Amino acid sequence: MFGLNTECVLDIPQKYFTLNDYEKGNARWCPGCGDHAVLSSVQKLCRDKQLPPEKTVFVSGIGCSSRFPHYMDTYGFHGLHGRAFPVASGVKFRRPDLNVFVITGDGDCCSIGAGAWLHAIRYNINLTVLLFDNQIYGMTKKQTSPTSRMGTVSNTHPHGSVLPPVNPLQTTLGVSNVSFVAQTADWIPGHLYATIKAGFEHQGFSFIKIMVRCTKFMGDLANEMTSHRERLFMLSHENGIQPDEATTRLFSHQVAHDPSDIGKARELSESDDIHLGLFYQNKNALRYDEYGAHNLGFTVEQKMAAVNAELDRYAV
Amino acid sequence: MKNTTEQLVGSVQRPAKRKTLRGHIVEIVSDSGEGAQKAGQTFGAISAKMGNGVWTVEIIPADIQPPARTKESASGIRIRLGSNIVTNAGNEADLVVAFNEVVPYARIEQKAFREGTLFLIESKWAEDKSESIRNSYAKAIDDFRQRGYVIYEIPMEKECLKWVANPKQGKNMWVLGLLCNIYQRELELASSQVKHTFRKKSQAVVDSNLKLLNAGYEWAEENLDFQFEIPSPKMEQELVVMNGNEALSFGVVAAGIELCSMYPITPATSTTHHLAEYIENAGGIVHQAEDEIAAIGFAIGSAYAGKTAVTITSGPGLALKTEFIGLAVMAEVPLVIIDVQRGGPSTGLPTKVEQSDLLAVLYGQPGDTPKVVLAASTIEECFQFVILARKIAEAFRTPVILLSDANLGTGVQPFPRPTIQPDWFSGPIDQSPWKESVGPYAWDKQTGLSRRPIPGQPGGEYTLTGLAHSEAGKVTYEPELNQHSSAMRSRKLAAFGRTLKPPVVHGDQEGDLLLVGWGSTRGAIEEAVDEARELGGKVSSVHLRFLSPMEPGLKDIFQRFKKVKTVELNYSDDLNDPLITPENRRYAQLAWLLRASTLVDIDCFSNVQGQPMRPGRILQMISKELNL
Repeated sequence: MFGLNTECVLDIPQKYFTLNDYEKGNARWCPGCGDHAVLSSVQKLCRDKQLPPEKTVFVSGIGCSSRFPHYMDTYGFHGLHGRAFPVASGVKFRRPDLNVFVITGDGDCCSIGAGAWLHAIRYNINLTVLLFDNQIYGMTKKQTSPTSRMGTVSNTHPHGSVLPPVNPLQTTLGVSNVSFVAQTADWIPGHLYATIKAGFEHQGFSFIKIMVRCTKFMGDLANEMTSHRERLFMLSHENGIQPDEATTRLFSHQVAHDPSDIGKARELSESDDIHLGLFYQNKNALRYDEYGAHNLGFTVEQKMAAVNAELDRYAV
Repeated sequence: MKNTTEQLVGSVQRPAKRKTLRGHIVEIVSDSGEGAQKAGQTFGAISAKMGNGVWTVEIIPADIQPPARTKESASGIRIRLGSNIVTNAGNEADLVVAFNEVVPYARIEQKAFREGTLFLIESKWAEDKSESIRNSYAKAIDDFRQRGYVIYEIPMEKECLKWVANPKQGKNMWVLGLLCNIYQRELELASSQVKHTFRKKSQAVVDSNLKLLNAGYEWAEENLDFQFEIPSPKMEQELVVMNGNEALSFGVVAAGIELCSMYPITPATSTTHHLAEYIENAGGIVHQAEDEIAAIGFAIGSAYAGKTAVTITSGPGLALKTEFIGLAVMAEVPLVIIDVQRGGPSTGLPTKVEQSDLLAVLYGQPGDTPKVVLAASTIEECFQFVILARKIAEAFRTPVILLSDANLGTGVQPFPRPTIQPDWFSGPIDQSPWKESVGPYAWDKQTGLSRRPIPGQPGGEYTLTGLAHSEAGKVTYEPELNQHSSAMRSRKLAAFGRTLKPPVVHGDQEGDLLLVGWGSTRGAIEEAVDEARELGGKVSSVHLRFLSPMEPGLKDIFQRFKKVKTVELNYSDDLNDPLITPENRRYAQLAWLLRASTLVDIDCFSNVQGQPMRPGRILQMISKELNL
């Protein structure tokens, strides 16, 4: 009813959507910024999944990556710094028919929005979350990020940052009711696409940390990452991320990891090596959006009856 | 049309057997858990059915389990009765029932009693096993006498023991019977109300309580030398009795709002307790968010997706929601925000009343943030204004802030049962195709109004943003465009203002003094004005429901009076205070607004003592102003 319950409507696409149907304007990120690659991957996913643009919503916070919704020809919500999770949860809670993505950065998610992040993991609402982690504040011109490695030189720490970083994978894996945690990198498009696709297909809160290069402010880190492929380990498993063969061949190391093993997933997240792939998935975690959608579509008559029944209790 | 604040029992002499009154204020004070509130609410309901105007307010201890027989343990209820409509808790109590001699001191601290207050106290403490209790009782009785209270020592528990084995359960119903006799309530009506109160209990419980009710009634008939009559035409209309927070909750559901996104905060939260009990039967949900910011963010997400939501909070929560309120204004998201105001600043007085959030809701957000603000002045309005707020929010594509306060939130009043109307409820979400040539902010230049695309509408795809944006919803840094979009958002208020009528003047249309109020002080102001007018004062009052935009015609009204003064529960400097001059004086909040918008030299009468405004204090102020 009211276009809300997709289960009872046979949804035959009126047209075939092409990449063009999801593209809007020219992305204004710096040349060489990793965000461009994520945008292409997401547009490709929308095309491959034939998501109706009007049924697709990208919710973001504030920061370079949070400009993302402006470059998608779908619905978008470019809201407040650190607050994408509650907004996206509110969108999805009573609109199960919408495909909702969250676009957030390391400052947006792991610093100013950290409180909302923890609870969003626990709510396990069906959202596809892309954390663009470039380890630096870009939009405000190079300040230390919560994920900056210790010693990172920035405008707020000219002599090097003094605290160990937040580890977003470790943190997410530590929250109860976590259901999907993966990591990928912007410069390996095949793996990036396969990971986002797996996240989208997962029914629940799919947390995907994307290592993103900021060539403007973190050029050295970007070079180090892309030129030392041997430091990247691909997690492989029949239930894990399955990139195409060409992409798989790019990795010199593979580590077998069963994504149902949360203990091992936590160990891997804390390791000094960088692992790409699916750390953890639990398809049976409780979903708060199922509770949110359990009583949709009441008629005015039903609502009136409920108010009147309650008023009876207050009648004298 | 009023209830006098000075009651007839003014002297220390004992009253004659039967007296007719226009109104009376009763308090029952006990240790927490002795059922005083249940007795009081039942007494209020019986009185409402007999046609009396009723206002009850519960006396709630600050701690969860305070020790018995301490001031901290004082729990109970105040019931104000009148021949006509009663709109506030009044001045000092005329009659008190006290379950022990310690708890009344909590009320004495609040100046709740006066010389001549009839004081009905449980007498069993005089014969208590403990010497210290016996002494405490004797000392207190002496003290009460010295304060001028008229003492009646009543063997409540002893009488109850004649009927039940455990007088702890049921003493309250015996007291109810006592009160029903004193105020000449129909015993049959009282019995049926007691049955209603205990309708979920076993027949044995009902029977035992009825026995006690009758016993209390009979005991008063035989032993007390006074009775009162507060005549009113019997109420034929069906009534509902609730507090302001419950009325807000009914308003939410009757407005068709399907999502209340909240974080616990006193004194707002009891609204959501009630909502949580039954909103799911009406196709809605209460979402308890992880914090105040997330609560409004979640509500805005829902509203953006087509389901106008409500978030309910109080001062500190409102402060946290500031940034999101700014976003809702900027991006024109319909949203209902309810603020049940408490004492501030900071954590302030969480359980006490204040009206200090007015300027914060209007101007608390950085940047220009025009929005609709309205304030309920009665419990019935708490119900109606939520329905109104949702309609305004959607029609004008704006957040609407509805102000209530701790006085309305906890005050209980009967009002005619509303007839629920189908057109109060929100309609289905529009999912029809959107004309692509129309932008998401295609402002009508005359009114600033625009339609919004809702996710699911093909052709309407746009990105909502808190950045300055054009009619097409595109981010813009053009100076002219920001000027224009700001004008359009502001224009909506002017357009909405055109739909409002000038407020009705209570009293004569011109005179020496005009009092201006907003929110929960209405009853007290109008009552004081009525009394002053009886004394010959040329005083009137105006009560504002809309604070943004303001109701029209205010300057015209103000100019017909020699002096205009606001009456508010927020802070203002006193001109007699050191260093304070007419130039540096900080005025009460509505006074600031009215001075700025009308250029009339408006004075203010305000305090932040955490108590509802008493009509007696306003009357004193009027008398001083007009030399009555």
